[in-house]
Amino acid sequence: MKYDLILAGVGGQGILSIAFIIDRAALLQGLNFKQTEVHGMAQRGGAVQSHLRLADGPIYSDLIPRGKCDLILSVEPLEALRYLEYLDSQGRVITNSVPYVNIPDYPPLEAILEAIKKVKFHLLVEADKLAREAGSSRAQNMVMLGAASPFLPLESENLKRALKEFFESRDEKMVALNLRAFELGRQVALKQSWE
Amino acid sequence: MEKMVVLGDEAVALGAIHAGLAAAYSYPGTPASEIMEFLIRESKEKRFIATWSVNEKVAYEAALGVSYAGKRALVSMKHVGLNVAADPFINSSLTGANGGLVVVVADDPGMHSSQNEQDSRFYAHFARIFCYEPSSHQEAYEMTRQAFELSEAIGLPVMIRLVTRLAHSRSYLVPREPVKGQARQVGEKSHWTLLPINARRRFEVVLNKQAELKHFSEESPFNRLELSPENSSLGIVAAGIAANYVLENLPEIKPQPSYLKVSTYPLPEKLFRKIIEKVETLLIIEEGYPFIESTLKGIIGLPGKKIKGKLSGDLPLSGELTPDIVRQALGLPLFIREQKKPLPLAARPPQLCPGCPHADTFLALKEALKEFPQAIVFSDIGCYTLGYFPPYSSIDTCVCMGASIGMAKGAADVGQHPSVAVIGDSTFGHSGLTPLLEAARSNSRMTVIILDNGTVAMTGGQKSYASGNFLLKMIEGLGVKREHLRVIEPLPRNLTKNAEIIREEINYPGLSVIVAVRECLQEARKKKRGQE
Ligand code: SF4
Repeated sequence: MKYDLILAGVGGQGILSIAFIIDRAALLQGLNFKQTEVHGMAQRGGAVQSHLRLADGPIYSDLIPRGKCDLILSVEPLEALRYLEYLDSQGRVITNSVPYVNIPDYPPLEAILEAIKKVKFHLLVEADKLAREAGSSRAQNMVMLGAASPFLPLESENLKRALKEFFESRDEKMVALNLRAFELGRQVALKQSWE
Repeated sequence: MEKMVVLGDEAVALGAIHAGLAAAYSYPGTPASEIMEFLIRESKEKRFIATWSVNEKVAYEAALGVSYAGKRALVSMKHVGLNVAADPFINSSLTGANGGLVVVVADDPGMHSSQNEQDSRFYAHFARIFCYEPSSHQEAYEMTRQAFELSEAIGLPVMIRLVTRLAHSRSYLVPREPVKGQARQVGEKSHWTLLPINARRRFEVVLNKQAELKHFSEESPFNRLELSPENSSLGIVAAGIAANYVLENLPEIKPQPSYLKVSTYPLPEKLFRKIIEKVETLLIIEEGYPFIESTLKGIIGLPGKKIKGKLSGDLPLSGELTPDIVRQALGLPLFIREQKKPLPLAARPPQLCPGCPHADTFLALKEALKEFPQAIVFSDIGCYTLGYFPPYSSIDTCVCMGASIGMAKGAADVGQHPSVAVIGDSTFGHSGLTPLLEAARSNSRMTVIILDNGTVAMTGGQKSYASGNFLLKMIEGLGVKREHLRVIEPLPRNLTKNAEIIREEINYPGLSVIVAVRECLQEARKKKRGQE
């Protein structure tokens, strides 16, 4: 089993938290993983991405070859499009539909959503709305992780356990909220029919 | 022991701790910062010293002092940091190490967060020391542990060369039982005084150790040679992380080529001789400059053999390796079918955080410089380098740490006016004091703006040595006149006032320093969170 995903978003949107939780869940499940991340300059509001590879055998390259990515999981719609050339023909795009506009030449949202809808397996999630429902719009990243969870080769219990551990070590009060966000995202994905 | 999830940087740090590290020093810089971040976190419980230094040179010297005193020391930095520390680094190979001395340098091929992509293997070669180049987290951990032992056994510093892709890759490793570093007797002190009479003798010693280093490299289990009887035409050499891209694709290459993985320097000559004997073409895949390729090729080449790599154009000379680039060099088809971008995607470059104090300083500077279209603003390295981009478009240079002040002085020397330097507090502490001393003693006609946000913001908020009142006292102490040392608070409501102050000081025919004091927002936020 091999599963390659790209996490995308804007610096500060919590991509690394998603990655960290998936890594932990993989470890809990006895899977191998490699995950790249971006530190330094780009984290200041720039485009950030993380290649995350899961497998039950050895993983060599830290980077995913173009055309081999199984899932693009993005916390921002424009950022989802940036990595389309990495996507396998059967790959999925799961993205937040709510834009994060911090550049003057942000393309029209309709054009972005149109392009995402051209991908056969796509899922648009109103992460902002669901995160607020869970208690804070900052939890959009966990909504998106929830929305991706049915497609990852990871037990949802392991993901939730990793999520709990992650927030417990930072801020105890945030655990329940983020778990709710995860569940809300997961429900959206489970309701979606893909054919 | 239990598996641990770590960054490549952290694998090195853990290896050092488990090797009985006594003290570690560093200056923040991507992609090396997380080594020290990890060491500082761990040092709270375990008993060793882990400190951010004022710059890489001081960090290196501190580590060298630890080594002389007989304890194990680590010094880590990004690649360009070794330029700053080059003086003690090169000379420490002559003085030799006593307690294990390991220097970790993280290169940044592709310049993700750097001003160049220099390859530190050349530095190791230059200083004639041993260098490890890990390809995985486990290797980074094991090599660091071994590096301390080797350093003590051979009496020289040892380098670990990382690249961004490993430094900032997260995976797991399985640690082994830690050992305690044994304090060593303080050694022969005359080694340490590099008067010509000693230095000549020590250089001979270092030269004589080269054969031993090469032998160690040839015997190292981190290098692996797999000769394939099936394929007499192609052999592949992969160094460090490049090995991963090769291994990923190796099963597809038929018939199976001979393969040499290189992880240590000086190059394991014996293994190269074995592989080249068996093949016609040797493809060299390495991250960074074509170090191995040019070593093998020289200017004459190998008669009857083809050496392929970056110099031959089979791989690009610049930028980072990717699985696709390596597939192409291996002659394998890409997985991707030509695909057009769905729509023109606007780039999203990094930018100052909304409300960042630097933004207000830049806007005031821009306002003040309206009447001086001939101004040059020499700047430096930090978040404020993003002042290059619109809407600020406020700075004209970024060369290396601390360069702004020296460059502004040089320009002022030949009549450039206004000659403005913009530098952050930590960068000023790193390398700004000495040029300011020079400018103060000659009362150069220039204006220095120090952005005091109280932290090393770009790399995640490490300690700054030159902030607050302490900074003001230092500036005065260097000889800057009190009446031309001005303090402003960069806030939107102070725009006009601040612009006026900058204008006044530009018009003053001598040296003035303006300190813009306001805390970095990210740091303020962190503190607030801590208090809740
Ligand atoms: S991290 Fe601090 S200094 Fe850097 S851009 Fe943000 S607010 Fe400004």
